[in-house]
Amino acid sequence: MSLTKLHVQVNSDKILKYVLFTASLLILVISGGMIFSLIRGSMLSFHQFGWDFLISSKWDPTQGREQYGALLFICGTLFTSVLALIIALPLAFSTSLFVAEYFHNTRMASVVSTLVDLLAGIPSIIYGLWGFYILRPFIVSIGLSPQGYGIFTSGLILAIMIIPYATSLSSATIKMVPNELKEAAYSLGATRLEVIWTVILPNARSGIAASYILAFGRALGETLAVTMLIGNANIIPTGLFSTGNSMASVIANQFGEANGLQLSSLIEIGLLLFVITTLINAVGKFIIKKMA
Amino acid sequence: MDQTNELLVDKRTLLLQDHSVRRKVKDRLFLGTVIFFSLITISFVFLIIGSCVLKGYHQINWAFFTQSAPDTFTAMMAKSSGQIIPGGIVNGILGSLYLVALASLIAIPFGVLIGIYLYENSKNRYAGFIRDITDVLQGVPSIVVGLIVYLWVVVHITHGYSVLAGSVALALMMLPLIIRSTEESMKMIPDSLKEAAIALGTPYYKVIFRVLIPTSFSGLMTGILLAISRILGETAPLMLTTLGNPAINWSLTKPVSAVPLLVWQFYNDPNMVDLIWSSTLFLMGFVLILNLLSKWITARRNA
Repeated sequence: MSLTKLHVQVNSDKILKYVLFTASLLILVISGGMIFSLIRGSMLSFHQFGWDFLISSKWDPTQGREQYGALLFICGTLFTSVLALIIALPLAFSTSLFVAEYFHNTRMASVVSTLVDLLAGIPSIIYGLWGFYILRPFIVSIGLSPQGYGIFTSGLILAIMIIPYATSLSSATIKMVPNELKEAAYSLGATRLEVIWTVILPNARSGIAASYILAFGRALGETLAVTMLIGNANIIPTGLFSTGNSMASVIANQFGEANGLQLSSLIEIGLLLFVITTLINAVGKFIIKKMA
Repeated sequence: MDQTNELLVDKRTLLLQDHSVRRKVKDRLFLGTVIFFSLITISFVFLIIGSCVLKGYHQINWAFFTQSAPDTFTAMMAKSSGQIIPGGIVNGILGSLYLVALASLIAIPFGVLIGIYLYENSKNRYAGFIRDITDVLQGVPSIVVGLIVYLWVVVHITHGYSVLAGSVALALMMLPLIIRSTEESMKMIPDSLKEAAIALGTPYYKVIFRVLIPTSFSGLMTGILLAISRILGETAPLMLTTLGNPAINWSLTKPVSAVPLLVWQFYNDPNMVDLIWSSTLFLMGFVLILNLLSKWITARRNA
């Protein structure tokens, strides 16, 4: 290779390195820009209400006596997501045991895991429609609630939506439990249940916990499915079948007509939602990282 | 004394036997519960897909793919005379394709470049930081992405709801997925392959285009297909960025419709209810086929 050619190549490698590095800066610009815009957009509301925004549950867009607080939306989001997690827990846990332990490496397991993955592929709006037209009438018909809207219905739909996320990571960690440990327990005469309880769970504990935390983060940010089912009533939910409103829903519902102080308050709710989901996700990823 | 001891031992063995039966019963019961709950989980897939198919198929016809959505009045007239609603969702289909194509055009090149950067500098602390932030971006709720793109593009660049804003929002949702799948699929390339190319004196850009990208192509495709199937059904960010449009539009700075937006619009209009299910069926069919296709590519690569 001639010296000039080598020189050109060294240059081209250098240029490429810069191109790749510059592309990576885009991520910093995007995330920095997101935080900057959200904070700047919510300044107006923050100056008006200060920290009271977090503990006030008044949401009144009437001109002249505008008053905004996020508490009732925070409650709605937390209640529906926690309920979703509680409902999803036994379902996702059983499914991950089915796929990763009882029927591991069988055709049945791969069919089940494909089907569960399909659940993750169904768009949020379709869950909302299904919940509205099929689940809600069903809940009314068995007499659980007169209208069928509310915390319970949205929690149930959210649970179905987050099952695949909880399942896939849990089953991955369950599969990673070393066979020798399980065999040692079997050789001592342990039953399968005892192996699951005393060997698999303690070993896969942190991965399973992380999978539920990440699934919870998903549930917090879900918009349209909840919007169609929660009832969009601006009250703090009082019970399982009470209506309410969530952070994402109020943004989706009121964004079109909002301006000025109301718009700024909606952006502040968006900022809160961003902060909460980011924290939850960071905890989940941190656990996974420590595991690896 | 001796007698009592004997009795005690006897009692213990009895208890132990009883216990072992109980253990077996418990074991069986638990297996039953696991199977029962797993069946409930997968039954949701069939319930949801089944109701979309049953309720949607009769509205699918030629006009569904060739005409725009009707206005409320036409739909009401057709409904009251017992006919199916005329018209279709072509404005939504074209809009969705337009938005997704633009979003891919933005997200794929950047995503692949950043993915390669992370793969090349996997031990670097800065790269680790970028990887963490990418994970954070992936977790940002879609409605918040919509809000942010509204603030960036709708307010400052196009001064109104637009195709550009919608595709930027979708691109932001695609980007983290593409980055991570690029990095993951490149990690699977054997080092010897890359080293062989470098040993031959190949310039690095050629290593990327001739070795890294072709060998990880199926992995890249899987990631891209999954990302597209994820954003095709996104509704919330589009509500805040492109709004919807009853006509077909190709201008970057004008609003455009999309299939999920039309579904939302039909949902809010009692006269259009019949069109909901066919649009949903179309959307879900499209998304699930992309999903299965990406699974198939992965399975074929691993075989």
